Amino acid sequence: MGTLNILVGVCLIYVVFLFLIAFAAERAALEGKGGWLRSPLIYTLSLSIYCTAWTFYGAVGYAARSGLEYLTIYIGPSLVMIGWWWLLRKLVRIGRSQRITSIADLISSRYGKSNLLAVGVTVLAVIGTTPYIALQLQSVTVSFDVFSSSYGAELTEAAQGSNALLVAAGLTLFTIVFGTRNLDVNERHHGVVMAVAVEAVVKLFALLAVGIFVVWGLGGGVSETLARIDASEIGQWQMRGDRWATLIFLSGAAFLCLPRMFQVMVVENEAEDHLRTASWAFPAYLMIMSLFVVPIAVVGLDLMPAGSNPDFFVLTVPLATGNDALAMLSFLGGFSSATSMVIVAALALSTMVSNHIVMPIWLSTQSVGASVSGDVRHVVLLSRRISIGAVVFLGYLYFRLSGGGTALASIGLISFAGVAQFLPVLIGGIFWRGATRTGAFVGLTVGFVIWAYTLLLPSFGAGTLVSATMLAEGPMGLGWLRPQAFFGITGMDPLVHAVFWSILLNTMSFFIASLVGFPSPLERLQGAQFVNVFEHSSTPQSWAGSLAQTEDLMVMAQRIIGAREAQNLFEREAKRQGMSGLLPEPSPDFLQRLERELAGSVGAATAHAMIGQIVGGASVSVEDLMAVADETAQMMEYSSKLEAKSEEQARTARQLRQANEKLTLISEQKDSFLSQVSHELRTPMTSIRAFSEILRDSDRLSEDEKIKYSSIIHDEALRLTRLLDDLLDLSVLESGRVNLNMQSGSLKGILDHAVASALTGAGADKMRVMRNATSEDITLHTDLDRLSQVFINLIGNAQKYCDASAPNLRIDVGRSNGALVVDFIDNGRGIPKAEQAVIFEKFSRTGEQKVKGAGLGLAICREIMTRLEGAVEYLPGQGGAAFRVTLPEEVALAAQ
Amino acid sequence: MSPKHNIPFLERQSYRRRRLIDTIRMLPVIGAVLWAVPLLWRQSEHSGEVMTSDAIIYIFMVWLLLVVGGGWLARCLKRSDAEETEQGH
Repeated sequence: MGTLNILVGVCLIYVVFLFLIAFAAERAALEGKGGWLRSPLIYTLSLSIYCTAWTFYGAVGYAARSGLEYLTIYIGPSLVMIGWWWLLRKLVRIGRSQRITSIADLISSRYGKSNLLAVGVTVLAVIGTTPYIALQLQSVTVSFDVFSSSYGAELTEAAQGSNALLVAAGLTLFTIVFGTRNLDVNERHHGVVMAVAVEAVVKLFALLAVGIFVVWGLGGGVSETLARIDASEIGQWQMRGDRWATLIFLSGAAFLCLPRMFQVMVVENEAEDHLRTASWAFPAYLMIMSLFVVPIAVVGLDLMPAGSNPDFFVLTVPLATGNDALAMLSFLGGFSSATSMVIVAALALSTMVSNHIVMPIWLSTQSVGASVSGDVRHVVLLSRRISIGAVVFLGYLYFRLSGGGTALASIGLISFAGVAQFLPVLIGGIFWRGATRTGAFVGLTVGFVIWAYTLLLPSFGAGTLVSATMLAEGPMGLGWLRPQAFFGITGMDPLVHAVFWSILLNTMSFFIASLVGFPSPLERLQGAQFVNVFEHSSTPQSWAGSLAQTEDLMVMAQRIIGAREAQNLFEREAKRQGMSGLLPEPSPDFLQRLERELAGSVGAATAHAMIGQIVGGASVSVEDLMAVADETAQMMEYSSKLEAKSEEQARTARQLRQANEKLTLISEQKDSFLSQVSHELRTPMTSIRAFSEILRDSDRLSEDEKIKYSSIIHDEALRLTRLLDDLLDLSVLESGRVNLNMQSGSLKGILDHAVASALTGAGADKMRVMRNATSEDITLHTDLDRLSQVFINLIGNAQKYCDASAPNLRIDVGRSNGALVVDFIDNGRGIPKAEQAVIFEKFSRTGEQKVKGAGLGLAICREIMTRLEGAVEYLPGQGGAAFRVTLPEEVALAAQ
Repeated sequence: MSPKHNIPFLERQSYRRRRLIDTIRMLPVIGAVLWAVPLLWRQSEHSGEVMTSDAIIYIFMVWLLLVVGGGWLARCLKRSDAEETEQGH
């Protein structure tokens, strides 16, 4: 009994030591001095929670019963770690970039942040882990008993129960204190990790010490021990190949899927770099852990009386040989293994339970939604603490109800097979973009149902949960559905049978359901994010943030990640957006970042839902995307309209500018005309006055002189009359009071007359006129006199202004757009571009005034043509001056 | 496809690094194959064909090989990473 008291004392001191270590680590991390906390070594050691009490005590028992088969449990994880580049690297990267908090979170995130899936995974993880926790409690209580004098005698159940309860309470306390101290956005627990690392060293050291003692102390050296092994009952290789392969696969799968392994491997990972060290260091750890298992088992089998429990050889062998101190150390090793497993498992499960079950329920009971004021952090922490208590208590309950018998020992592999059902969904999710939520649901359901049916239920023994007849003949006599012989394939090992069928059908149904279904947009986005995590590490879906109230988000964020952290985050974001103050714009970018931060505390699905509540629209549906696209289209249309409008305005402005220029020019022309017309009127008037004065005052004029002077007066008077006639004509035309004298005639005739009249009086420089008689053979119905006047004017202008050495004029008749056009093209210099715009204005005259004229001709022509519903315009680019007279279609048609 | 996939030839250093990663990828396959060898051992019903001590030595030698190999490759990878950062890649 004395040993037991010392043992309790040592145990308490050890626990206090662990508390201190954890506390110091937390403190160092808080003060930012925890550089050594983030070393690859600590990471590697924390992975050792894989080695639970089941390993520490059970491996020896396992070896004593079935030889080297126990090695498969360590070979699987070793292969997974050695193959880190394939899988773990990606898993850790995804976990870090998506701020994954648990394996349930990972699976739900991957499949469109489905909370239902998260709940399912959580429930299954709890089912798979509870017996395991019970196993740890059992190992601790039994190891206590080993030291008591009454060991071997039947222990009262009450005493066992109270021991277990004490241990459970202590573990719950530790986990709550260091697991829920703060709500870290990264979900890292330095204290817990540190304690786990220390415990890893303790258990390795303890097992090594026992091993060395057995090999060199009792066995008498390596070669003697090996000989002893060969001579023992497990001295020959007796391994079923199917179990060997299946167990290696199973342990590797469980290593990836166990919630506690996921917690230390992915969630608590400080840097991806650590994985590189752990990739070889952790297999080394496992190798050393399993090195002395067989020698201990063999020596134990030799040394201990027949029928003693080989599970506790690690304790009983040193005790039996009187090494109490070594036994004590060994006890601490086993204690460490059990406690570290329970702590991390409780932590991992409580995160899942709280994030995926408690928080969503709590949120949905809050009718006002996530933006009510008040601190939600305490709700999260409380739900975590309650979850931790509940998980450990569940383990305790299982331990009490199962009676702590040997049935528990086999629960390890059953539990492995249960969590291994996550594997297809996990692997499919990170390597195959086509994996869908429906597929995951179906696969997981099928896998777990088969696992429960073929392995879990029969494990309680025939006749308890599964009747013996059902086991032997199948349900309702359906032989092919026998729990341990599907499709009539008998003779398979039950475990191999269960693992084979559950994983196979799980994978198949997951695959087929994924192929058949169609994923939601969010799933597809997440799928791309997960599968191509190395190509882009940004978050997938964007919030349409325009509706979000930043203040509400702030209120919510403060309650989840803490007031100061939230304010810092918002301020940082505001600064990033280039805004002063505390509140950033709720841009999609910012919302994504916020969601990720929140996801670290409450899980991706909950964070998504919470932001969804405030922003509006719990998830981005196709409709949302369509709406965004619509809006964008509208914006683009509007802007293009604006652009068109501004272009139109620019055009108007250009036209106005042109008009203004023209007006200025016309005004100048008017001024110049006034001086011109006064000059034009004055010159003949002056001559008329002068010559009429000579005629009046001078008597000595010869008859010739009289005739000459009076004819000058006559000519000048004619010129005046002509000028006044023109002006009058123009004013009549412009005022629209002209009467058209409509009659029919041939175009050819009109042109003949016009050419003849225009060129009358021209001397040697008479220009050559080129015409095409056939094209002119058109009958017109219009005011022929007025048309002829236009032609005469144009031909006369050509005669007057054409400056070519051999002037000629081409008259082309043709059709353009149905209208009849008559072009007058000469071979002179043409009219400069600057003047083309004004030649049809009144009083406009081109260049230097070689030829006299008032500049009314073209103005009159234009007025006439307007009256005749045609047009006359300058035709640029013809080599010389060119005018086009356009006559409306009816003019020509009517005559035909 | 990002442009890096289109580079036909790599510098010697990057080429070495990729082959190094290939080796890292291969290591678990080698381990799995070596550890699958016990499947070929004859089941001993009567006289011992394979003794447990030999089996232990074989399995642990494979283990040691994988650990040492993995450690060495991890070291090489770290060095190659460091060189890449130095060169500003």
